[in-house]
Amino acid sequence: MEYLAWLLLLLPLLCAAAIQFGVKDSPAAAANLSVASVVGTFLIAVLLVFNSDFSSSFTWATAGTFTIQIGILGDQLAKGMMVVVTGVGMLVHIFSLGYMKDDEAKARYFGGLSIFMFSMTGIVLADNFIMMFIFWELVGFSSYLLIGHWFEKKSAAEAAKKAFLVNRIGDFGFMIGILMLWGILGQTFLFAEMEAPAKALPESQATIVGIAVLLIFCGAVGKSAQFPLHVWLPDAMEGPTPVSALIHAATMVAAGVYMLFRLQVAAGTSIFEGFAGTTIAWIGGITTLLAALMATQQDDIKRVLAYSTLSQLGYMVMAVGLAGEAGIEAGQAGMFHLYTHAWFKALLFLGSGAVIYACHHEQNMWKMGGLFRRMPKTTMTFAVGTLALMAAPPLSGFWSKELILAQALEHNPPLFWIGAGVAVLTPFYMMRLFVVAFLGKPRDHGAEKAKEVPPVMLVPLIILGVLAVVSAFSLIASSIVPDNDFHAHGFHPNMVFWISLGALLLGAGGGFLLYHGRSSDPLANNPLFKLFRNKFYLDELYLKLVGLFQDTVAMAVHFLDEFLINGMIVGGLARSTAGLGNIFRRLQSGNLQGYAILFGAGILLVIYLTVFAR
Amino acid sequence: MTLALILLPLFAVIAILMGANPRAAARNATGMMLFAGLGLAALWALGTRTFLGVDFLVLSKPEIHLALNFFDGMSVIMMLLSVIVAYAAARTGDCEDRHAKLWNISLLLIAAGAVGAFLSTDLFFFYAFHELALIPTFLTIGILGRGDRKEIAWKVTIYLAFGSIILLAGLLWLIAASGTPDLSFESLLKCTVPVAAQRGIALFLLIGFGTLVSLFPFHSWAAPAYASAPAPISMLHAGVLKKFGLYGLLRLHPLVPIGMASWLELIIVLLLGNILWVGFVTINQKRLDSMLGNSSVMHMGYIFLAIAALIAAQSESANPIAKPAAILLMFGHGVTIAMLFGLADRIERLTGTLELRDLGGLAKQAPKLAFLFGLAAMASIGLPGLANFAGEVMVFIAGFKGWEPDTPPGWVQIATILSLWGLVISAVYMLRAFRHIFQGPTVEFTRNASDLSARDRSPAVLLAAVLLIVGLFPNILLQFLEQPEAVVAREQAHITQHPRPPQPAGSAPVQPHPSPSQ
Repeated sequence: MEYLAWLLLLLPLLCAAAIQFGVKDSPAAAANLSVASVVGTFLIAVLLVFNSDFSSSFTWATAGTFTIQIGILGDQLAKGMMVVVTGVGMLVHIFSLGYMKDDEAKARYFGGLSIFMFSMTGIVLADNFIMMFIFWELVGFSSYLLIGHWFEKKSAAEAAKKAFLVNRIGDFGFMIGILMLWGILGQTFLFAEMEAPAKALPESQATIVGIAVLLIFCGAVGKSAQFPLHVWLPDAMEGPTPVSALIHAATMVAAGVYMLFRLQVAAGTSIFEGFAGTTIAWIGGITTLLAALMATQQDDIKRVLAYSTLSQLGYMVMAVGLAGEAGIEAGQAGMFHLYTHAWFKALLFLGSGAVIYACHHEQNMWKMGGLFRRMPKTTMTFAVGTLALMAAPPLSGFWSKELILAQALEHNPPLFWIGAGVAVLTPFYMMRLFVVAFLGKPRDHGAEKAKEVPPVMLVPLIILGVLAVVSAFSLIASSIVPDNDFHAHGFHPNMVFWISLGALLLGAGGGFLLYHGRSSDPLANNPLFKLFRNKFYLDELYLKLVGLFQDTVAMAVHFLDEFLINGMIVGGLARSTAGLGNIFRRLQSGNLQGYAILFGAGILLVIYLTVFAR
Repeated sequence: MTLALILLPLFAVIAILMGANPRAAARNATGMMLFAGLGLAALWALGTRTFLGVDFLVLSKPEIHLALNFFDGMSVIMMLLSVIVAYAAARTGDCEDRHAKLWNISLLLIAAGAVGAFLSTDLFFFYAFHELALIPTFLTIGILGRGDRKEIAWKVTIYLAFGSIILLAGLLWLIAASGTPDLSFESLLKCTVPVAAQRGIALFLLIGFGTLVSLFPFHSWAAPAYASAPAPISMLHAGVLKKFGLYGLLRLHPLVPIGMASWLELIIVLLLGNILWVGFVTINQKRLDSMLGNSSVMHMGYIFLAIAALIAAQSESANPIAKPAAILLMFGHGVTIAMLFGLADRIERLTGTLELRDLGGLAKQAPKLAFLFGLAAMASIGLPGLANFAGEVMVFIAGFKGWEPDTPPGWVQIATILSLWGLVISAVYMLRAFRHIFQGPTVEFTRNASDLSARDRSPAVLLAAVLLIVGLFPNILLQFLEQPEAVVAREQAHITQHPRPPQPAGSAPVQPHPSPSQ
C-alpha cells in the first residue's frame, strides 16, 4: 500500500513538472494530463480507504544524530481526508475544462492546480510536523500562483500577494509553536511519537504547553482564515472560480482544522485543555459570527460565498477548540463538518462559477436575476447546495452542524448561542443570494442572454449535488469519517434540534420576505448594515497599521541606517582609527592601484609579523 | 589535483594577457573548474581522502605551507559553491569589448582566490588568498562600476581593509596565544588557547570576519558595492567570497569557545540587527539592485544565528544541527543571490531600468525570465523544495536545540523567534519586487521587451537546477559533513589531550546561554 500512497503523492508533482517543462505550449495536452493525474489520485485514494493503514518514510536531512524525515502516515483520518481532497479536486479539474476553455494561459492554470494537489496531498499524508510545514508552505505558494493567475489585473496580483503575506504572518507563529512543541515533547517531530511524552507532561509545564498550542494554532488562523487574519480570503476570490471552489472553500482553508485535529489525534486532547482550547474555540466563535454578519451585505456572489466559508470554518475551529474540554468527540464533529462542507461548498462555488460563466463574467448578484428559467439544472443544484449550507434537515450540512452545536451547548453555552445566532444569519444571507440572483426578472443583459452551461460543467455540479444530500449518511460517511457521535448513536430530536430548526425558519423566512421582488438592497442605508458591508473597516484598519508599522518604520530605519550608521558611527570609526585613517586619506587623492597595493601590503604585513615579530 | 582548481583560472588569466579571447578563456576555464570540482566532490563522497593535494613548505619558522586540500566536508561544499557560481558568473552577461579583458581577468582571479581560501589547510594562505581575491573585486568596482564608482570603491576599501586588519590582528594574537608549531589548521586546532586571551581574540575575529560578511553595523559597504559592480562580480562576491568570513568563524571558533560564549549576547544583538534592522532597510529600497544587495546582508543574520547556537552549545556534539545548518544555508544563499544578481542584470538589459516603479507586466513579455526570477525569489524567501529552506529550517531547529521547557527561553531562543519574523519581512520585499516588475499591466519600459534566449538563460537554469536538487535532497550536501561519531571522537581527543584549564576568578560570566541539553 505504501507504494501506491507514494505514487498518490508524486503523481501530481510529476504532472506539474511535465506541464512546465514539456507541454507548456500545448494547453489541451496540459489540461488532459492534469485531469488524468487527478483521476488517478482519486482512484488510488478510494483504493486506500478500503485497505489497511500504512506508514513509510525516508530521511530527508541528516545532521549528526539529528534527522528530518519525509514520511507518509495513512491512518483512517488521512485516508478519509485524502478522498475528500482528491474527490473535490477531480470534480474541480473537470469543471475547469469547461470554465477555462478559452483562457490564454490554460497550461499554467492546470500546472498550478497540479502543484496544489501535490502540496495538499503532502499535508494530509505528513507523518511529522516539519513535513507538514513544508507542504503547508507549498500550499500557500500554489494558492499564490492561482489567485494571481490573471496577474495583468492589478487587483489579482495584489490579492495573491496579500494572501501569501497574511499566511506568512500565521506561519511565523506556527513555526515557533512547532519548535516549542518539539522541545516540550522530548525533541520529536513525529506524530507517532507524541502520545507518550504528551501524557507524561508535568503540571508545571501547562502554561508553556498552552502557549505552544496557541502558536501552532496561529498557523491555522492564517491558513483557515480565522479572525484576525481572515482578510486575505475574500480578496482571494480574484482567482478563477474553480480555484475558489477547490482551494478557498473545500481543501486548503480546511487544512488548519485538519492540522489541529491531527495534533489532537497524535498527542491527545489533553494539551488543548485550559486557556489554549478555550481561546481557539472563541476565535472560531468570533470568526463565525463576524463573517456571517459581513456576508449579509455583500453584492458579489463569490464574496457572499467567501464570507460564508469563513463563517463555516469558524464553526469547525470552534469545535476543535472545544475538544480541550469535551475530548476528541468535539474535534471529530469539526472534522465531520469539514467533510460535509467540502462537498456542498465546492458545489456552491462551482455553481456560482457556472452562473458567472453564463452571465459573461458578471459577478454582481444585483445584475443577475431570473436565472432559474434560463438555467434550471444549474439552479437546482445550487438550491441543493444552499439548503445544505443552511443546514436544512436531512441534508448533509444539517447533521454535522448539529453535532458542533450539541458540543457547544454542553461545554460552552455562550458559544452555543453565538452558533445559534449564526444559524439564523446563514439562511438569511443565502436566501438573499438565491432570491436575488435566481428568481425574479433579469436585471441586466448578461442575465437575459444566460443559458445552461455545457455538460462538462454540469456533471460535476450534479455529482456534488447528490453528495451534498447524502454525504452525511453512514453508507458513504462510515468509510471516510467513521468516528463520530452521529454514526455511533444515531439521531434523536433534542433541544439543539428545535433551536436550529427555528433558526433556519426564521433566517430563511426573513430573507425571502425582505428580498423577494427587490432590485436593490433595502438595508443598504442602514448604518449598522453599512458597517457589515464595509467589513467592520478591518481592511482599512490593517492598511493603516501596515502603513504605520511597516512602511514608516522601514523609512525611519533606512534614514537612520544611511545617516547614523553609515555616515557617522562606522564611517567615522573607520577613518579615525589611528594611523589607518591618515593612510587612507592620503591615498584618496591617488589612483586605484594605490588601494590595491594597500591590500597587498596587508599580506606583506602578515608575513613580516609572523616571521620576525616572534 | 586540488591545485588544478586554482591553476585553471590562473592559466586562463595568463592566456588572456597573451591575447586569447577573454570571454572564451573565462568560460572554458570556469567550465573545466566546474567539471573538476564536481569530480573531486564525487570522489570525496565515495570515500577518497587523498587528492594528491599540494604541500609546499614556504617558511620554516614558523612553518607555513602552501597546502591545498580538502580539510573537511565544509571545504568540499564551499569549493562546490565556488565553482558553480564562478561558471554561472562567467556565462552571465556581456560587457563592452574594450572592458572584456579586465572584466574576465577579475572574474577569474576572484574565483581562484575564493577556491584558494576554501582549500587552504593553512591559516596563512587561507587569509592571503582571500586578500588576493579582494583586490580585483575592488578594482573592478572602481573602473567598471556604475554610479559614483570611485566613492563606492573607496568606501568598500575602507570597510574591507578595516575588517581585514582587525582580522589579521586577531589571527596573529590567536597564533601567538596558541603556541602552535605551524600554521596548518590541523595543528592549530589541536592547540588550546588560554582562557585569558580568548575573550579578546574572539572579539577581533568577530569584528574582522564580521565586517567581511557585512555583519551589522559594519554592513554599509555591501549594498552599494553590489549595485555598482558588474553583475558577475556581484554574483561572485555576494555568492562566494563573502562566505569567507562565515567559513572562517566556523573553522576557528572551536579554538576560542569560552571567549566566543562571552560575546554571545553581542552576537545576538548584531545578528538581529542584520535580520530586523537591515530587513526594514530592504523594504524601503526603490531599486531592484540595492534591494537585492540589502537582502543579501539581511540573510547573513540567519547564518550568524546558527553560529550563535553553536557558540551557546559550546561543542558540536551538543548541538549537531547548527554547523550543518549554517553550511547548507551558506550554500543555498550563495547560489540564490548569484542567480538573482544575474537575472537583475538581464532585466536591466531588457528594459533599461531597475527602478521598481518604472517596471511592470514583464511576465507577459518574458514568461521564462519571470519563471526563473520567481523561482530565485521564492528560494530566497525560503520556499520548501529549494535549497535555502532546508538550511533555514535547520537553523531554527538548531536555535531551539538547547531549550529546556522548564526554563524560560534563553537568548538564542529569543533570537530565533525574532529572526522568524524576518521570514515575513523578506516575503514583503521580495513579493513586492516581483509584483512591481512582472505583474500588472505592461508599461513603457517593458512593452517591447523580449524573453531570454536559451543562451542567456543557461546560467540561471544551472543555478535553478542546483537549488532544486539541494532543496529536494539536502543530504546530497549534508553527506559531506562529519559523521556524529567522528565529531565526538575529535572533541574527546581534544579534551583528553588538553583538559580545559580552570577558569580564573573574575572572568566569571562565561556560562553558555542556555545550558545545552543532551
